[in-house]
Amino acid sequence: MYSVTAELCSSSCTSTLISQLVCIKEGVTMAGQSLDLAIQGLKELLREKEELNEVAVAKIEKLVDELQRIRPPFLDPVVINIRNGFNEFKINKFDKNPDLYNKLAEGQNPKYLVFACSDSRVSPTYTLNFQPGDAFMVRNIANMVPQFDQIRYSGTGAAIEYAINALHVPNILVIGHSRCGGIKRLMELPQDDAFDFIDDWVKIGLPAKVKVLDEFPNYDFYEQCKFCELVSVYNSLENLRTYPYVVREEKENRLRLYGGYYDFVKGEFSIWKHERPIIPRPPILPPRPL
Amino acid sequence: MASPAPLALSRDPFGSKSLALSSNSSMELQGTTLGASRIFGYQLKSETHLRLFAVSRSYQGLPLRASRDHSSMTQQLENARLETVTKAEDACDIFNDLKDRFLSFKKNKYMENIEHFQNLANAQAPMFMVIACADSRVCPSNILGFQPGEAFMIRNVANLVPPFENGPCETNAALEFAVNTLKVENLLVIGHSCCGGIRALMGMEDDGSTSFIKSWVIVGKNARTKARAAASSLDFDQQCKHCEKESVNHSLLNLLTYPWIEEKVAKGELSIHGGYYDFTECTFEKWSLDYSESKKDGNGRFAAKDRMLWC
Repeated sequence: MYSVTAELCSSSCTSTLISQLVCIKEGVTMAGQSLDLAIQGLKELLREKEELNEVAVAKIEKLVDELQRIRPPFLDPVVINIRNGFNEFKINKFDKNPDLYNKLAEGQNPKYLVFACSDSRVSPTYTLNFQPGDAFMVRNIANMVPQFDQIRYSGTGAAIEYAINALHVPNILVIGHSRCGGIKRLMELPQDDAFDFIDDWVKIGLPAKVKVLDEFPNYDFYEQCKFCELVSVYNSLENLRTYPYVVREEKENRLRLYGGYYDFVKGEFSIWKHERPIIPRPPILPPRPL
Repeated sequence: MASPAPLALSRDPFGSKSLALSSNSSMELQGTTLGASRIFGYQLKSETHLRLFAVSRSYQGLPLRASRDHSSMTQQLENARLETVTKAEDACDIFNDLKDRFLSFKKNKYMENIEHFQNLANAQAPMFMVIACADSRVCPSNILGFQPGEAFMIRNVANLVPPFENGPCETNAALEFAVNTLKVENLLVIGHSCCGGIRALMGMEDDGSTSFIKSWVIVGKNARTKARAAASSLDFDQQCKHCEKESVNHSLLNLLTYPWIEEKVAKGELSIHGGYYDFTECTFEKWSLDYSESKKDGNGRFAAKDRMLWC
């Protein structure tokens, strides 16, 4: 691409110049990466070639203008980032494991239903090396599981219902993590500045907060947040047991519940099998189906 | 009918009986993770520690009680093994599986980039907020290679974004945090092929029966109408495929119903993108919302720009 523009700079025939410029534009829209060089070359042409007539100048200026306008999709680093990510996945994983990916295209049979936080630092796919097909994954603020409520929390219910009734996932894993912004917000409430949606959501963790403030009143705020990150996982695990299919499958020994905690400050991961509840709560009424 | 969850108040390990916090146990609390059955990770320089804790023993005399607890857990596991279990695996297998997974990450990624992880521990500044499906085959960390710190992520059934007027829910809580607190610059909604949630939406009968899935996927009903209209002569699978893509566009328009999102998009501080991952062909389509064109239309029609297909 650069060599073509260099050649043009030395060419003196205007009509050849124009037709070659049209080719450059078409070539550039395919190539993308040479765009900067082509624009640069054309601008140099305008500066250095004094014998160009007005028509040629106008056409070159128009071409530069058009090329500059097609710049964003090719040079946007955000797009380059995900394009490269996809290419690496395709070359290093998809193309190298055709049997696995053909099987996955037919259907999924994940071993885990995972609830994890939306935090960009804690993707379980990354930290627990989940490959495609391993884990049906829900990610939300502070990895919460609300109690059964078909009106308010149909999103979570849909995920649990699908994972258990359609996919027959045998293990549910709820993973909390260090320095969770959602838990911190829960611990800070009530605040003067209200976040409508966040505050409504994190209140799911209120039983955990109450427990932490009750049991650890003399600890500083950040330590209380850390305890709450953990106790909130217990709260979510217990909330899972308000879903009839969870109760049914656990009773039949086809489903196990696990809690996890990822401490990215220390680089540690904890896991436990969830058995007994630790947060006293009033007797849970059977859910009223709509 | 659900049976009430068991209430083990008398054996509540966090209850007053086992929680007589002495100065000893408060020191243990500060460095340790509470109530964990296993801890995986490196202590100091290199040794892998495998510690077994039980919830009720967190605060007093850890190691001895833990081993006792381990044996009772082993007994429980033996009993479980004798029962008919179709798919649920032995808990130890799960612990070992997750342990291997985490240690592989720790060795190959965390320790190799420890400074980066330590910086991230202090703050996150992701450039993307991604809304993707919970489907096990389409995690954006896998298919688009997102590294820790790059993408704040919501995953729900059928990667749906409900409109503002539906009120608070899981998805918009995360949107509020990502846009207003983290100030991400890009929102990306990713649909995919063979989506069970979209299939449920397309196949839903209006027969009065309810389920969670129905209550949730109905958010996408406008996409279903458009897909049926556009692909009326095609078979059900093709209609579903249309709906998978149409639903992404519909979600992108729903993003604009949030005033704090539209404000930022209008100012050019926030860009909205759609994506579609076809795992049968391994292709990825990406496009962006053309805000000014979409607004001009007035009918709430979606206008796209910067379309790309990677294959």
